[in-house]
Amino acid sequence: MDNLKAIIEALIFVSGTPITSSRMVGIMEDVKEKEISSAIDDLVREYEERNGGIFLREVAGGYQFRTGETVGSWVHKLKGQKPAALSPAAMETLAVVAYRQPVMRSEIEKVRGVDISGTLRGLLEKNLVRIVGRKDVPGRPMIYGTTRKFLETFGLKTLSDLPTLREFRELGE
Amino acid sequence: MTAGAYEIKLDIFEGPLDLLLYLIRKNEVDIYDIPIALITRQYIKYIDEMKSLNLDLAGEYLVLAATLTHIKSRMLLPVSGEDEEEEEEDPREELVRQLLEYKAFKEAALGLDRMNILGRDVFGRDHTGEEIENDEQSLMEIGMFELVEAFRRIIFDTGQKDLMEIDVEKMSLSDRINDIVDELEKRGDLTFTDLLENAGNRMRLIYTFLAILELMKLRIIRAYQAVPYGTIRIFLTGK
Repeated sequence: MDNLKAIIEALIFVSGTPITSSRMVGIMEDVKEKEISSAIDDLVREYEERNGGIFLREVAGGYQFRTGETVGSWVHKLKGQKPAALSPAAMETLAVVAYRQPVMRSEIEKVRGVDISGTLRGLLEKNLVRIVGRKDVPGRPMIYGTTRKFLETFGLKTLSDLPTLREFRELGE
Repeated sequence: MTAGAYEIKLDIFEGPLDLLLYLIRKNEVDIYDIPIALITRQYIKYIDEMKSLNLDLAGEYLVLAATLTHIKSRMLLPVSGEDEEEEEEDPREELVRQLLEYKAFKEAALGLDRMNILGRDVFGRDHTGEEIENDEQSLMEIGMFELVEAFRRIIFDTGQKDLMEIDVEKMSLSDRINDIVDELEKRGDLTFTDLLENAGNRMRLIYTFLAILELMKLRIIRAYQAVPYGTIRIFLTGK
């Protein structure tokens, strides 16, 4: 297909949420996934080289156009909104969930040393964290993990894309 | 030291461990060899200061104060000959482990905050126009939380009159579970609203919801949603 790159660019542009390459394969049935992913790579590079206001980013297993980091404050002016921010407390709870998932609430509280019901509820409401099940121990406590929206919000491809947790030296070894 | 030196807002600390880390950093002492007497004294002084400012002091701060005092007293005790083997462990060990773990996550949290966050540092396109018809691939699996939220909305919407109702129909949870599974086997998938809106009375509605939760817990069914607050579809696992 001659205009493969153009089609892909259009699909990503129109799709509001990150679109996966397998979804694109489903749309262009006679094109191989390999061709599609190499065309995507070309597009990513082109936007990178152009170094303009928008970039093609791989997030949450799909592709999405996103504005560059340097123009954020101007976009805020257009939208007339204050940047949505998480409190440091919420960020700490989120970090424990992200790195320790699936994790029980009591485990998070042990790490942070404080009650986390407020921050956890906020994260659940923002759909950054979800209940992934119940642990098979007495009381069957809920266990929590991060959502797809978490990956999208932090611009991560997958969970393994998280920066490694700085290891801490074990004592008394 | 004057009281003024401790004039500090409680809310700059994310908890007792954070305050302790701050004191260790401020005194430039080794986290692996904390001078417990000094740190405990300062910690307790902070807490007193917070109390005198009528700040709502969370109980966790007091728990750590007790822990610190306990460690301090254990360190003052001479190691008796008989217990030598048991007492070999440094009384500070557990606290240090906890502090280091907390520190690692605090740094991880700062790391997350430095990332390019959608809606704060970077932006995607605004969703304009019709939402694209989503196929199964783009469905997200949802959990109890979304279901409960959806249930709450339905209960609210049906706005049934608060009439007293004498329940003549005998109902059991296992019957509802079987009904739902039968229906799913026949039709492949069902929407959450289909199931609940055809339930009829409130009693049946609640039984149906409980059956759905039970089936999810048993991992017999899975619930998916294309967009937040969108239609919830329920599938049999492995279909």
